[in-house]
Amino acid sequence: MSRHTLSVLVQNRPAVLMRVAALFARRAFNIESLAVGPTENPETSRITVVVDVDDLPLEQVVKQLNKLVNVLKVAELDAEASVQRELLLVKVRADGVTRPQVMAVTDLFRTHVVDVAPDAMVIEAIGRPEKNAALLRALEPFGIRETVQSGLVGLSRGPKALADRSRA
Amino acid sequence: MTATTTHDGAGPRVDAGSAPDQGATSKKGLRSGKGSGSDRLVPGPTPTATASSPVTAAQARESQTPSPRAGQRETMTGAASLVRSLEAMGVDVVFGLPGGAILPTYDPLLDSPTVRHILVRHEQGSGHAAQGYASATGRVGVCLATSGPGATNLVTSIADAHMDSVPMVAITGQVGSAAIGTDAFQEADIVGITMPITKHNYLVTNPDDIPRVIAEAFHIAASGRPGPVLVDVTKDAQQATTTFSWPPTFDLDGYKPTTKPHARQVREAAKLIAAAERPVLYVGGGVIRSGASDALTALVEVSNAPVVTTLMARGALPDSHPNNLGMPGMHGTVAAVTALQKSDLLICLGARFDDRVTGLLSSFAPHAAVIHADIDPAEIGKNRKVDVPIVGDARDTISALVPALKAEHDAGNTADLGQWWRQLDQLRETYPLGYDEPEDGSLSPQHVIQRIGQLSGPDTIYTSGVGQHQMWAAQFIKYEKPGTWLNSGGLGTMGYAVPAAMGAKVGVPGSTVWAIDGDGCFQMTNQELATCALNDIPIKVAVINNSSLGMVRQWQTLFYEGRYSNTDLHTGAAVEMGSRIPDFVKLADAYGCAGLRCERPEDLDATIEAAMAINDRPVVVDFVVHRDAMVWPMVTAGLPNDAIQYARGITPIWDRDESSNPETVRGETADDERTGDEQTGADR
Repeated sequence: MSRHTLSVLVQNRPAVLMRVAALFARRAFNIESLAVGPTENPETSRITVVVDVDDLPLEQVVKQLNKLVNVLKVAELDAEASVQRELLLVKVRADGVTRPQVMAVTDLFRTHVVDVAPDAMVIEAIGRPEKNAALLRALEPFGIRETVQSGLVGLSRGPKALADRSRA
Repeated sequence: MTATTTHDGAGPRVDAGSAPDQGATSKKGLRSGKGSGSDRLVPGPTPTATASSPVTAAQARESQTPSPRAGQRETMTGAASLVRSLEAMGVDVVFGLPGGAILPTYDPLLDSPTVRHILVRHEQGSGHAAQGYASATGRVGVCLATSGPGATNLVTSIADAHMDSVPMVAITGQVGSAAIGTDAFQEADIVGITMPITKHNYLVTNPDDIPRVIAEAFHIAASGRPGPVLVDVTKDAQQATTTFSWPPTFDLDGYKPTTKPHARQVREAAKLIAAAERPVLYVGGGVIRSGASDALTALVEVSNAPVVTTLMARGALPDSHPNNLGMPGMHGTVAAVTALQKSDLLICLGARFDDRVTGLLSSFAPHAAVIHADIDPAEIGKNRKVDVPIVGDARDTISALVPALKAEHDAGNTADLGQWWRQLDQLRETYPLGYDEPEDGSLSPQHVIQRIGQLSGPDTIYTSGVGQHQMWAAQFIKYEKPGTWLNSGGLGTMGYAVPAAMGAKVGVPGSTVWAIDGDGCFQMTNQELATCALNDIPIKVAVINNSSLGMVRQWQTLFYEGRYSNTDLHTGAAVEMGSRIPDFVKLADAYGCAGLRCERPEDLDATIEAAMAINDRPVVVDFVVHRDAMVWPMVTAGLPNDAIQYARGITPIWDRDESSNPETVRGETADDERTGDEQTGADR
């Protein structure tokens, strides 16, 4: 099994997200993360989905996605040829004594503190999943209260856009 | 943020001048933003429905259908727009049953000059009838139901159409849009429910969308790989005022099925076919759906390859054709199953390597390279690795293969199939389809079905339920034409036969239609006999009555030591078979049908002929048959096809050396090798 990031351009219609998510469930494809949002074109939305499958089932995933009437384009985002980011929010214990140490970690990772309380802070990190995982490990000793993270989003490097591709 | 923002970008737009009307109940200000000049009434003599002339709306409509004048706009309710859209699509029949949420649509339907509505007794019947209609005619079948239970009753037939790629449009009423999500009376999220079993589906809340959605639904259902499309229309959308104009503009940027095969792939395939020494044309239902039988016959002539026709493809090539080895799969002929196993090249045309064909997938056709032609790219490589994939319509693909193969032959590339044919002919001779007559003198079910096929002939349309009788009907009726064998192959829906026969008879009224049904299946949907009797749809139903859920009983005989758990239906006559509950002859009578019964072989032909002679009402024949008859040959589920049993305990064996004669070995039964968890899903 290996991780693949798929960028799926869809018509902006009711229940499109449900169609895509239900397809993964029905065909027993394992979703690691899923992010959806508007695009530069109000008629379309873009779904970024990370799946953990071998190459052959991946081909099935792509073909099945393409069969959905509301799906316009499907492309795999190659890790090398794309920019991929995840947003992570972490609430970590930080009192007067440990706050400077936590701040040092956040500076090291070039992340931001977005909320401060007497005994806790919320840190906002944007980066590749590995970077965010490393941040979590670094913050672990201070006591992580809770975390939340977005699905991965990504864009290919270079001038080409997904909507340009394969106008068959 | 989710993707479920309200759609308001495409379709009819609000004209700038009438923007203040947006959101008001009156939609008169709505104009189409697409198509020049579309918002002025067409001048001249053509009457509009609103003209104050003696011409009735219906007459005016009749003059315009099935293709109303482009761009002409009329004001009407969403319900009327829905009916007009069906008329414009050329729909001649709709099978349905009304209820609260679809009532507005049933009102204009009453006046439709071209759409005949056939009132069914259960919505499942309307769905199967639409399937039968579609499968027999090649046109899109239409069924209509109300919200909630009406819609959920359609689910089985929608799933069936999805599995067997039947072009069908199901229209359902939905509760008012303001009530959606409130658990309102007769509310069910049918769009959510049918998402995995439709090719596409729609929830329509804006009446302006109705013509576009209906046109798209028919287009999606019929094009590419056919399938069911559901259109759920809220009651308020049916009641609101809208404008109707035709044709609407599609909004289907994401739907572009590939129908033309890639020329290079076709040449590559032709090269492999020309070189293959043991080729097999593995023909599936796609060949029937695309109307590719003539092209297939030409390809068979040019290639001289043997052909196997799957359960969905019976009739794609005439059974009388010498190259036709019959049906492959779990209950296929020894020749067809063995041909696949021994082949060096499978030319798979519109088939999908279903588990009932392949047996244990890893041992299926182990020596074969594979050419897979299918209109659905997702089928290619799904189950079996493919050497030459061809995405395209079966008819276009096969038509392209014929000259490409001729060109190979002209270039001197022709393999000798003599040895291959000698081997296959020997298998055909040694292991023909057959059955034993019961020793007690009772009726043999295979014989009944075979005689119906022989006496009724190849122009008859045969439908079936699911189980033993289905397999016997696939085996022992000789199909000569595509579209004459309709059954539930993928989903395996008991109860398909009677309503599908009804739909087929409506679609092709000139054909004799026999439903070959089982006593279990018949009891699931026989209420449609009332529909048939009242609407002059004289189908013929052969109930192959073995007083059991026969296929399950067969598996209990083979794999559960004859412990017959809950398979006795008591529909037979003999003491040990029960008490004729129900009595199918009386049931037929109660439904206004002719009821006949046959219990002895000597009465068989006369009974069939008597049924054939009745054409003024439906006929039900209760053929009381021997209950221990089993379907053979058989490949036990989960076992390799090589373990095919010709009859119980009789397995053909052969050397790996293709030249050696097959021998028959007794006592080496596949059920000895079976392990419990290898059994997958008994047919009922």
